[in-house]
Amino acid sequence: MEKFIWAFIIGGGICVIGQIMMDIFRMTPAHTMSTLVSVGAVLGGIGVYDPLIKFAGAGASIPIISFGNSLFQGAMMEYKLHGIIGVLTGIFEITSAGISAAIIFAFIASLIFKPKG
Amino acid sequence: MLKGKQTWVFKSKPTIIASSAVGGPKEAKGAIAEDFDILYSDIWLGEDSFEKAEKKLLEDACQKAIEKSGLKESDIQFFLSGDLINQIVPSSFTARTLGVPYLGIFGACSSSMQGLALASMMVDTGFANNVLAAASSHNAAAEKQFRYPTEYGAQKPPTAQWTVTGAGAALVSNKGEGPKVTCATIGKVIDMGISDPFNLGAAMAPAAVNTIKVHFEDLNIQPEYYDLIATGDLGMVGHRIVGDLLKKENINIPEEIFTDCGLLIYKEDQQIFAGASGCASSAVVTYGHFINKMKKGQIRKMLIVATGALLSPMSYQQKESIPCIAHAVSIEM
Amino acid sequence: MSKKKKELTLEQEEYKKYAESKEVKRPVLFNCIRAFLVGGLICTIGQAIQMMYINFFDFTEETAGNPTAATLIIISILLTGLGVYDDIAQWAGAGTAVPVTGFANTISSAAIEHRSEGYVLGVGGNMFKIAGPVIVYGVFSAFVVALIKIIIMELGGI
Repeated sequence: MEKFIWAFIIGGGICVIGQIMMDIFRMTPAHTMSTLVSVGAVLGGIGVYDPLIKFAGAGASIPIISFGNSLFQGAMMEYKLHGIIGVLTGIFEITSAGISAAIIFAFIASLIFKPKG
Repeated sequence: MLKGKQTWVFKSKPTIIASSAVGGPKEAKGAIAEDFDILYSDIWLGEDSFEKAEKKLLEDACQKAIEKSGLKESDIQFFLSGDLINQIVPSSFTARTLGVPYLGIFGACSSSMQGLALASMMVDTGFANNVLAAASSHNAAAEKQFRYPTEYGAQKPPTAQWTVTGAGAALVSNKGEGPKVTCATIGKVIDMGISDPFNLGAAMAPAAVNTIKVHFEDLNIQPEYYDLIATGDLGMVGHRIVGDLLKKENINIPEEIFTDCGLLIYKEDQQIFAGASGCASSAVVTYGHFINKMKKGQIRKMLIVATGALLSPMSYQQKESIPCIAHAVSIEM
Repeated sequence: MSKKKKELTLEQEEYKKYAESKEVKRPVLFNCIRAFLVGGLICTIGQAIQMMYINFFDFTEETAGNPTAATLIIISILLTGLGVYDDIAQWAGAGTAVPVTGFANTISSAAIEHRSEGYVLGVGGNMFKIAGPVIVYGVFSAFVVALIKIIIMELGGI
């Protein structure tokens, strides 16, 4: 139960940061997301993002920041196994499911749906 | 004939012998729906792309205007048209359908009055007997080209505007009955450094002010000469700014005769943010609503100041600001 | 943040300030509240989905993240296709854009929109129109951070 509360609060909080970036700093959604994902990689590098995920569950793993962290974690995982080349081979390791699902189902959607305008 | 710096006075008073306005579903639910000749129930118009739908809008508007005039395509010497789509494809394809000698124009949302001014000039100088001037815009096609895919979840700010899905056409002739085009002021490009494509009203306002000022100076008249002065699509934000800037230039347009086409098309409860925009904004309101009012005797002299934002998606990405233009045409019954 | 100011004349600067004062102000507080509520809700739903995968299917805390993200992605794409995602997003702002749902929406909305240009150049060529920057900057940042961390580790740091 507690997990749900923290998921709500942390997830909502990260979204508020995004909203502030868009409304006060006048960043476009693409600029906002790109910044957040880069921040995710940095937080992953510092070692604070994985503990946050353990604490807040989906509240930390669902926002796009987590994507940056996963890309970093994937690179480090492969580095530990295969050395420096692992940085290249491992980047998409963890995020493969998300990206693949997005591409596959977006393509299927384009076969079925028309834009509503 | 040239008067002053940038104004043409049409001595022979070319006549708008027929005009038409067509719109989409949102316009059908709007405030001036009864002034449209054709209203469509969806934005596809039976076509398989938004761009092709816009072509159909324009074709229907043109053919309706020709039908109402009693003339045939072969009686029309020239066709002037503009829209927002890359390379003004809907206009060119419509020209293909009509088979009339064609001059494509681009003034962004000022295309309607740019076309009407040029058409009137051609008729007044004897270079044509009948000229068709048209303009169109399509909400989804414009969003797709200038902003984001239509199903994309980006939150629009309150200064954003809603591009009208519609088209308007006017047939200008040297004989016949109807409202007369008396003069036109061609605008200069004005750029006050605004670079936010979600606040075009503020970007375009200085251009409208400049053209209005020159119009009154060139003709040496006062705003009270007109029963109605309407800007094309400045929306709430731009309209307020124009009023203020004109006062600074000692031009006081009485509130009751000063309006904006973009504020008239939709009802309060339709989600339109700061107001309507697009080439069709000035076109449908002028060629439908206002001309109908003229024919009923409710307006005798009006000045339509269509405003356009001359940006492209790429100019914005290259950190350019938004240059704007406004063309004014005066129509009298 | 990344916009360079062009050289504006004094008149233009003054107009810019004036125009900004005339703007209908964005309801920042309301937007933040809505973003918080919707973003929090989406993450809570994600948490529930994750627990479902752990308890009813054979996933662990570590491995349940992937199917959870995939599930939310599929739901977002469905809502995008049905034409309701953009309406929810207008209300929720960053609440729908920041979670992975936003990522799925950028890809699917671009794919659906450009179907009229064909499936190869239209759908295929435009799918990453908006999502592209996220992937590019994510990968590049991960790469740079990884290199820096490795160098620090190799030099006997962390």
